[in-house]
Amino acid sequence: MLLGPALAVSAVLFTIGVAGVLIRRNAIVIFMCVELMLNAVNLTFVALAQRLGVSGQIFVFFVMAVAAAEAAVGLAIILAIYRHRETVDLGKINLLKG
Amino acid sequence: MTLDLSLTRDLLTALLPELMLTGWALVLLVVVAWRHRTGGDLRVAGGIALAAFATTAAVVWWLWWNSAAAQGYAPMIAVDDFRFISDWLFLGTGALTVLLSMRYLEREALLAPEYYVLLLFSVLGMMLMGGGSDLMVVFLGLELMSVSVYVLAGINRKSPKAAEAALKYFLLGAFASAFLLYGIALVYGATGTTNLALIGAQVTSLHLEHGTLLLIGLALLLVGFAFKVAAVPFHMWAPDVYDGAPTPVTGFMATAVKAAAFAALFRVLGQAFATTVAWHQIVSALAVATMVGGNLVALAQRSLKRMLAYSSIAHAGYVLVAVAAGNASGSAAFLFYLVAYTLTTLAAFALLAVKGRGGESDVLIDDLSGLATERPWLAFALAVCMLSLLGFPGTAGFMGKWYILVAAAQSAQWWLAALLVLTSVVSAGYYLPVIMVMYMRPAPSAAAHADVRLGRLAGAAVTLAVVGLLFFGIRPNRLLDLSAAGAESLRTPTAAAVAPPGN
Amino acid sequence: MTTTIFWAFAAIAVGSALLCVTRRSPIASALWLVLTLFALAALFVILDAQFIAVLQVLVYAGAIMVLFLFVIMLLNLGRAGPSDRKGALAWAVAGALGAGLLVPLAGLARAAPPAAIQLPEGTMAALQQQQGLVGAVARPLFETYLVPFEITSLLLLAAIVGAVVLAKRKL
Repeated sequence: MLLGPALAVSAVLFTIGVAGVLIRRNAIVIFMCVELMLNAVNLTFVALAQRLGVSGQIFVFFVMAVAAAEAAVGLAIILAIYRHRETVDLGKINLLKG
Repeated sequence: MTLDLSLTRDLLTALLPELMLTGWALVLLVVVAWRHRTGGDLRVAGGIALAAFATTAAVVWWLWWNSAAAQGYAPMIAVDDFRFISDWLFLGTGALTVLLSMRYLEREALLAPEYYVLLLFSVLGMMLMGGGSDLMVVFLGLELMSVSVYVLAGINRKSPKAAEAALKYFLLGAFASAFLLYGIALVYGATGTTNLALIGAQVTSLHLEHGTLLLIGLALLLVGFAFKVAAVPFHMWAPDVYDGAPTPVTGFMATAVKAAAFAALFRVLGQAFATTVAWHQIVSALAVATMVGGNLVALAQRSLKRMLAYSSIAHAGYVLVAVAAGNASGSAAFLFYLVAYTLTTLAAFALLAVKGRGGESDVLIDDLSGLATERPWLAFALAVCMLSLLGFPGTAGFMGKWYILVAAAQSAQWWLAALLVLTSVVSAGYYLPVIMVMYMRPAPSAAAHADVRLGRLAGAAVTLAVVGLLFFGIRPNRLLDLSAAGAESLRTPTAAAVAPPGN
Repeated sequence: MTTTIFWAFAAIAVGSALLCVTRRSPIASALWLVLTLFALAALFVILDAQFIAVLQVLVYAGAIMVLFLFVIMLLNLGRAGPSDRKGALAWAVAGALGAGLLVPLAGLARAAPPAAIQLPEGTMAALQQQQGLVGAVARPLFETYLVPFEITSLLLLAAIVGAVVLAKRKL
């Protein structure tokens, strides 16, 4: 029930997340777009779990743990760069040449 | 020793290396909790990390010696030669990195012994990537490794460049992980399982080779892995990150992290998608782009660290050729090349760390002029590394490239073989100048290389690596047999190719 | 009925995701993302994943997003930077890549797992009836998926160590 629609919605959300990563410069917002991508994947897992067994729901559990770990480290890194540069704008952080 | 992984005792035996390393990491964490102020504390932490790598390697050896194998299919963790060999590679690289870091951390006043804790955690993640027989375990191992290495890249909190490198690495790494995860989700949707062997069995029994879910999932998986191994066009983060991170960490990232991603990629493609032909072309295309792109851009670099960064991208291309070959000799060449490449690159970054005092200071290739007269052994070691990267006969790098070439030829991938030779010739354009500058130009001043000194431990590590390079370059047979056995262990079809329980 | 509710929440999720990506102020982006997460939680309920929906609200919206907001406010980034969104070129590239991604992904709307491995309709609900909402997830988590579960504990430990090393003012 509603498998196809759920997969489609999750594909749309994932694409929005990818586009967001590409058009934003603020490191925190880029990271939020990545979180959006992870959530899109969660929707896929949950939709598939309905057809394939409860494993899919358990994967969502793991993804949440991964997201939490990434958030802790990522925000610490963002704090660290803010201390040096007083900005989290990737357009202004350019000591290293591309 | 046949292990029935559904029994707790046998499962624990199979996981013994990981458990051992976890135990050491926890011990080390407790130790550094109250000893983290002086250089002496750093040395204690480094010593514990070395002991951890050594004992874990011994445990892996014990499993290998008893020819441990899983009964039926392995649910979460594989018990095969491929896992043991890749574990040794990661543990050895970790141990060499500890040796190289000891003096560097003190010199740069990075009094954070948590460095070694994170190093242990990242190696643990790699072991799970190389040994996981379930996509979820591979993914979690990858995250464990990545999270630790993000922090290692930014461990120098005084350096804005290091913070920037950590930030770029983190954002791109998280982005890539999301692709990988989406791929896992779709493959799970296509096959109803995340176990690699069962995916392979389902693909054959249900004829899913051209299924939408499976193919899109596979493509997304490949994108995720391509980011992690820094294959062109997913490489743009690598030079900046390698440039900004502390040099021993850069060495670790360019070798162990990359090798772990390759090991996971190889296991996933070999076990789950052996019968799906679609990936051969994608991987070939990535290999072509990576070889050409990496080598051409490396030619233009003046900074030694950036040159090595692009060279490591180019080498990822050569390894991809071995993956694309997809035959038995390709598999053997794959592991052999990883070992050769790891030894060479690690030694090269170690030598760079010695020359680049102050950590951040860019070492230009011209800065090496006259090193051969002032520090003959150092120059010799660096020269051997460059020749091995170039693939000069008599070094492990040559043997590795040769085997990849043979594998590509055997699978009739003439284009790839020709490009490999051609780009290797191009790469002489940036490896040889380093040697020429060291041996043929006079030092700019008498004191130019006065402070270039390798510590005793780092010296031992570099000596070990260089001797290994020359040894495997002349007598590659043992290592090649070992890697052939490791690769072969992935190909043995699983007996229990049954539909998964729909719990 | 269920279908209508599904599409309503799907529309909220997509709409607020678009706003999250395009709003200039990071705070606004974060709050729109929270709304997306809530809408997703509602979708999870419709898809028979009630326990996961609760976790989604507690962990994602409740903990992770609060961490984001906390950092945004700590660094005083609430006001939008002038160059926060990239120029027309980046939008064009993002649009092209997004379309390039969406075209193959659109095939997913009609894709489904092979019939041979699909469980009969209503299996999930029956399982939850039998074992309870939490039990249905907990049992395999601590049996089949024990190894990955333990790995997540190490992952979180590594993340804590890393965050402390990077963010503490003085070690």
